[in-house]
Amino acid sequence: MKVTICIGSSCHLKGSRQVVEALQNHVREANLQDKVELGGAFCIGNCQNGVSVTVDGVVHSVNPDNVDSFFENEIKSKV
Amino acid sequence: MKTRKFDTQVQYLKYKVLREVARHAWDDNLVFEHFNDIAKTVVKGKEPTMRCCIYKERAIVSERIKLACGGDKSNPNVIEVIDIACDECPLGGYKVTESCRGCIAHRCEDACKVGAISFDKNQKAVIDKDKCVNCGKCAAACPYSAIQDFKRPCERSCKVGAISMDKETYAASIDNDKCISCGACVYMCPFGACMDKSSITDVIKILKESDGNKNYKVYAVTAPAINAQFTYAKTGQVVAAIKKLGFHSVVEAALGADMVALEESAELAEKGFLTTSCCPAFVEYIHKFYPTLVPNISHNLSPMAKISQYIKTIDPTSKIVFIGPCTAKKMEIKRDEVKDLVDYVLTFEELQALIDSRDIPIAELEEEALDNASYFGRIFARSGGVTDAVKQAVKEQNLDIELNPAVCNGIEECKKALLLASKGIRKNNFIEGMACVGGCIGGAGNLTHEEKDAKQVDKYAEQALEKTISDAVSMLK
Repeated sequence: MKVTICIGSSCHLKGSRQVVEALQNHVREANLQDKVELGGAFCIGNCQNGVSVTVDGVVHSVNPDNVDSFFENEIKSKV
Repeated sequence: MKTRKFDTQVQYLKYKVLREVARHAWDDNLVFEHFNDIAKTVVKGKEPTMRCCIYKERAIVSERIKLACGGDKSNPNVIEVIDIACDECPLGGYKVTESCRGCIAHRCEDACKVGAISFDKNQKAVIDKDKCVNCGKCAAACPYSAIQDFKRPCERSCKVGAISMDKETYAASIDNDKCISCGACVYMCPFGACMDKSSITDVIKILKESDGNKNYKVYAVTAPAINAQFTYAKTGQVVAAIKKLGFHSVVEAALGADMVALEESAELAEKGFLTTSCCPAFVEYIHKFYPTLVPNISHNLSPMAKISQYIKTIDPTSKIVFIGPCTAKKMEIKRDEVKDLVDYVLTFEELQALIDSRDIPIAELEEEALDNASYFGRIFARSGGVTDAVKQAVKEQNLDIELNPAVCNGIEECKKALLLASKGIRKNNFIEGMACVGGCIGGAGNLTHEEKDAKQVDKYAEQALEKTISDAVSMLK
């Protein structure tokens, strides 16, 4: 599974660093390093609804407050 | 020129040429026959305003158009002299001016070690040009400042001695073996005879061929000096304008600077003596004048190359255009380690022309965000910034080294530090070298070179969301 987090300016200001750090921790704790490939992108073209995260090409809007449930629902349960 | 965008009329002239060339390039209309049209657009009317006649003015503009289209491909240098634009300024060296009062102290005579000074019947000093070695001691000794150095402005600006007079044409001539492409002559020549080659038409081509970033994405990597540049618009509006031109995204080179600061401090701790690698003219200067110090140049890429390397890793088909204040960056992207990372370099001057070629009303645009780097990445734009950032990186990484820096502001200060270091006198363990006085904010490709620019850089840096270098780069891992 390929998960790309937007680290462009707009998403950065909305907390992409916190989202990246949370996802990195979750992937590590769930031992999914082999199955989930985390990556960055400079702008996914969804600036209004950042932080933008794509899971195998599908765009989601995530923020530091809902990143835990996002991981459970969109990554962990689908991998 | 309603809004003051440029320091000099020469910059304004160059800008007009670039803008018109860009207009034709957007329309796929840039063929040799149109050179005359462009020349007529830039030089309007029948009366000359710059030279002896409009025909010479247009001939020179034609040469400027060639440079705007990339210039002489057989010349590896990115800085060229337009022979016919050079006014062949007199090359007098030191001369006694009318201010000489024919005093009786004759300090000038005592100061001259080669006996070149004598006095006429009115006791006014006369310099024997056959003996004079242009040391300047007489000028320094005269209480009336009556002796002046009539060096050509280009030669005076060139602190590495790469410019001299061509013996046949009397025009200025650049020695490519010495030139570090800093652009000082470009900014200083009062006739605009020294000019940097432009990639503006190449940039337009890749923007068009990307078909709205569908075929590949075009990224603009902007230097932190951008904030001090566009006095009539906010940085966020300039970002919006860059995107309107067709760039997919705008990324701060300062994030590359954050990456560099971390690695450079670690490299310093390992090697114990280091010179910086972010200023390409300084790096080139070491290569050409102090080759024994080459092993001490930081092996890190420059911030521009570093962030571009990251972008190319996450988006391998991307095209990257660096936009900054620097003409030497145009040379840097030809280096083996950088040529696959950055596709083209534009100066702020060229960016202004590019934006205006599309008639984009910058000051009316909605601001867009530009925030990737930390405070420390952003202050790389001014002299002393790299040192501050490396100091911080040493602290953040708990490295076991005490930074003892020599902050060299401008190539003359670099020269002093490098000369000592090359002789084994190493008072410092870290030499920060910036070829332009003030740092990047003094770069030749800037729109403005005002005093307040350094403070502006710090103010802008304080606005960065990330306050530490480690936080700024943590997302990249």
